[in-house]
Amino acid sequence: MTDRLQVTPSQTVGPFLHIALQWEDGPYVVPPGTAGGRWLRGRVLDGAGDPVPDGLVETWQADPDGRFDHPDDPRGATASAIEGFRGFGRSTTDREGRFEIFTVKPGPLPAPDGGTEAPHLDVSVLARGLLHRVVTRIYFPDEPQANERDPVLASVDPSRRPTLVATAGPDGLLHDIRLQGEHETVFFDL
Amino acid sequence: MDTERAPRLAVPHYRHDRDTDHPPLASPGYGSTALRAPARPLVVLPQRLTEITGPVLGETRVGELDHDLTRQHAAEPLGQRIVVTGRVLDGDGRAVRHTLVEVWQANAAGRYAHAVDNWPAPLDPNFAGVGRTMTDDEGRYRFVTVKPGAYPWRNHDNAWRPAHIHFSLFGRAFTQRLVTQMYFPDDPLFFQDPIFNAVPDPAARARMVSAYDHTVTESQWALGFTFDIVLRGRDRTPFEDEHDDD
Repeated sequence: MTDRLQVTPSQTVGPFLHIALQWEDGPYVVPPGTAGGRWLRGRVLDGAGDPVPDGLVETWQADPDGRFDHPDDPRGATASAIEGFRGFGRSTTDREGRFEIFTVKPGPLPAPDGGTEAPHLDVSVLARGLLHRVVTRIYFPDEPQANERDPVLASVDPSRRPTLVATAGPDGLLHDIRLQGEHETVFFDL
Repeated sequence: MDTERAPRLAVPHYRHDRDTDHPPLASPGYGSTALRAPARPLVVLPQRLTEITGPVLGETRVGELDHDLTRQHAAEPLGQRIVVTGRVLDGDGRAVRHTLVEVWQANAAGRYAHAVDNWPAPLDPNFAGVGRTMTDDEGRYRFVTVKPGAYPWRNHDNAWRPAHIHFSLFGRAFTQRLVTQMYFPDDPLFFQDPIFNAVPDPAARARMVSAYDHTVTESQWALGFTFDIVLRGRDRTPFEDEHDDD
């Protein structure tokens, strides 16, 4: 066993993250035109309900078959059937706090304790004024039964669960992230 | 990993950081946290498949000169040329190989090439202040750049940010994602900086400060600084092979 090292502390991304972290292809978890592709659109809002224009939203997810092309998946790394599937999405926010991610619905996942996780995205939010990223999840509105059985949603106070479930939008999904305030989004301790 | 003997999924577990390792989200000295730090307690999320995996972003994201911020334009930027190098490790001392490192910074006068940064310091047409690279087999990265200047901001009276370079890291799992700032040794502005000082433990703060390293300094060319970055380490799972990671 090697010696343990202490982690490097987190710091804010600051107000100028766009110069480095805005990728032209950032929003594309799957390539444009992918069958089943849809836009996830929303805003990041602060405790006064004002937009957060200097933020970054990143998503990570399984493919539609519920697989990850990653060596630590105990089921084995599996390349997605979707060509160009990246699993990762990144969107800076604009002046109105808006972000956008083009993706497909992931499959359900087996949970280590034996249950099944409903289709979901893991989400990181970074911004000026956030000294550490905050982590949330986004679930799908057309999966009410799977959501009902999801172990993570079950661990959240029922009155706050709606902050984790997107709503249907004109070209996919809509989902606002509220950092603070009456309808504060549920954020997780990983 | 022997899945035959593992009736349930054995996933690695990343150890929790100590509370003193990171700044609290609500840090009153840093005014912008007031309306942005979540007020409700975080909900514990046991690590499952989505958390212990993460994006594998390849070399295709990195251009030939992306690691050298002094060679991305028609001429050289003004300022003190520096080399910044180090290793990306996990909390067990293992190299984080082939992972994307993104950096951004102000120019030598302390101004960012960003439309919102308009304090009266000059822009440098030869400096964008953006770099990318991949770590090598030993987790090592290397950037060439100019030393960023300090700059004023409006957080408190006569507030100045110490010189810093922003670093963004992915590691190998969603749990390991980290964005931090690298500082320079003996900066006289540390005492009044609420972002640096938001990290409660002085020993943890010191881990954000690079070291001047004369072995990295290149004769007749550039000053050298080393900065190692440590991401969360993981506990071994019962079925993990002894040599799984190395």
